[in-house]
Amino acid sequence: MEIAHDVVVAFSKSWGLFYLVGFSLCVVAYAYWPGNRKAFTRAKMSVLDTDDRPLGDRPLGPEA
Amino acid sequence: MVRLVSGMTVTERQIALVVLLALSLIGLAMAAGGRGDPMGAQGFVVLVFSVGLAFAVMAGYYAPEPDESRLTRYYDDPTKVGIVLTVIWAVVGMAVGVWVASLLAWPELTFVDQAWASFGRLRPVHTSGVIFGFGGNALIATSFHVLQRTSRARLPDQFTPWFVLIGYNLFCIVAASGYLMGITQSKEYAEPEWYADIWLVIVWVVYFLLYLRTLARRKEPHIYVANWYYMAFILVVAVLHIVNNLAVPVSWGHAKSYSLFSGVQDAMTEWWYGHNAVAFFLTSGFLGMMYYYLPKRAGRPIFSYRLSIISFWGITFFYMWAGSHHLHYTALPQWVQTLGMSFSIMLLVPSWASAGNALATLNGAWHKVRDDAVLRFMMVAAVFYGLSTFEGSFMAIRPVNSLSHYTDWTVGHVHAGALGWVAMITFGSLYALVPWMWKRETMYSPKLIEVHFWLALAGTIVYVFAMWNSGIIQGLMWRTYNDGGTLAYSFLDSVEAMHPYYIARAFGGLLFLSGAVVCASNVWLTIRAAQRERRGETGTDVPIVAGAMQAGE
Repeated sequence: MEIAHDVVVAFSKSWGLFYLVGFSLCVVAYAYWPGNRKAFTRAKMSVLDTDDRPLGDRPLGPEA
Repeated sequence: MVRLVSGMTVTERQIALVVLLALSLIGLAMAAGGRGDPMGAQGFVVLVFSVGLAFAVMAGYYAPEPDESRLTRYYDDPTKVGIVLTVIWAVVGMAVGVWVASLLAWPELTFVDQAWASFGRLRPVHTSGVIFGFGGNALIATSFHVLQRTSRARLPDQFTPWFVLIGYNLFCIVAASGYLMGITQSKEYAEPEWYADIWLVIVWVVYFLLYLRTLARRKEPHIYVANWYYMAFILVVAVLHIVNNLAVPVSWGHAKSYSLFSGVQDAMTEWWYGHNAVAFFLTSGFLGMMYYYLPKRAGRPIFSYRLSIISFWGITFFYMWAGSHHLHYTALPQWVQTLGMSFSIMLLVPSWASAGNALATLNGAWHKVRDDAVLRFMMVAAVFYGLSTFEGSFMAIRPVNSLSHYTDWTVGHVHAGALGWVAMITFGSLYALVPWMWKRETMYSPKLIEVHFWLALAGTIVYVFAMWNSGIIQGLMWRTYNDGGTLAYSFLDSVEAMHPYYIARAFGGLLFLSGAVVCASNVWLTIRAAQRERRGETGTDVPIVAGAMQAGE
């Protein structure tokens, strides 16, 4: 039990740090990736769209 | 009722009846197997609930099927019912809150000499009533709305959202009625016993699958950030709930169970759950609400979409480790306490990023904030979110915690978050959402929104200041030594010193409750006005039933 506890502590104190730093870098890279800019701007503006209907999946007209 | 059932296809009505039948059989089995135990009474609650609903479904069973044109609209009936339930739970939960606050100020107020009316049983009815009843229903109702709009897709079917909403409320009712009977597993914010916990897992998994199924049908390539927050709320609450409630019941017929954890492991698991309940129930989902309704109401896009993404991952990954700050100076290893403390301080970054993002969105629209009480609710919510996350990080620092822990400061902090942030953003979002849902220009009375806003703000400020004062006085009295090296004040001295603050707190709570009652009447009047308008419209037109039947055939 003693060893298990020490191992967990050592692991979280070393690898835990690197994993969080690495993870943060990935998140920042994703957020600032130039290729994502268009999708983000579109998402940001899409909320303000006033059309209150789902897109597509429209059934055929009533006569069908 | 019939109208709500008529929104479901006949197959879905049949599924609903089968599920309700199965549920009533479970209720019957609980009532029979648990006779002589509080579980028997809980069984009757389940039985009455499911049989009552089955009658409602049967009443609408022969209503004409909804026609195909429904697929060109979003499915909002569950959101509407969810809004009504939210408002009902708000009034009930906050009323019990004022009741228990009054009991603290005037203990002789226990006018019913019954076990159920004691503080210990009423207090979880208040906490669960406002967190799960009010907060949970608000999250479910708004998430269905936001999910459909941001995905530009209708919910995949008409049965699942009802199962989630109604099933969740069954959990809330079983929990609250159980507390009054004395059923609790003594874990804060996780009081319901094993059978209620299992039921919630089922409901919650269906909720998550419903979210995924709708997202799979989305017509927008990118998933809007509000949905990330809602999904983190659903997913993480499931994980927390399952792990923290691992327990072995005494027998199938007993309400009592024993936790799988004991001692300091139990405490750590409970506060890993407890603090993440604050994070993912009371923060993440409500941030989702904020990131949709605030830009929508202000008519301005969110200030920085990138920042919202960075703060999302910050909140999700930092909060997970912060729970141990609830266990400073305990048997918990020192390094785990320090870990919780460090992560709590780091949390300030993503928290303030969100609060700042919200306020920066309003920058340039301050005239709207001045004129529109709905937007003001959201603005105040963002301010209180910033304040209480700063306070939380501060209180997590070990030496600060030595003063604040076990005092009313904690209670004040929780209510700065719950009243100032969670309830304010919810009321703001509801006032924006209700007119959209019932197809009206505005709420019935914009004046009443204004009244509600000031009642809510005044109530929050009175409450929070009362508890700050009370808490710090308590903390200081408990650590004041006299020349002889012994404590200068007895515990009772500190209880007496709190009395005026407890009266102030009950008054602040009463103000906040009055605001909620004003909100409930405003919502009710809006719905009634909308229904009258609709009746007026259909009265002059062709009979709607005949038309619908033709389309269904």
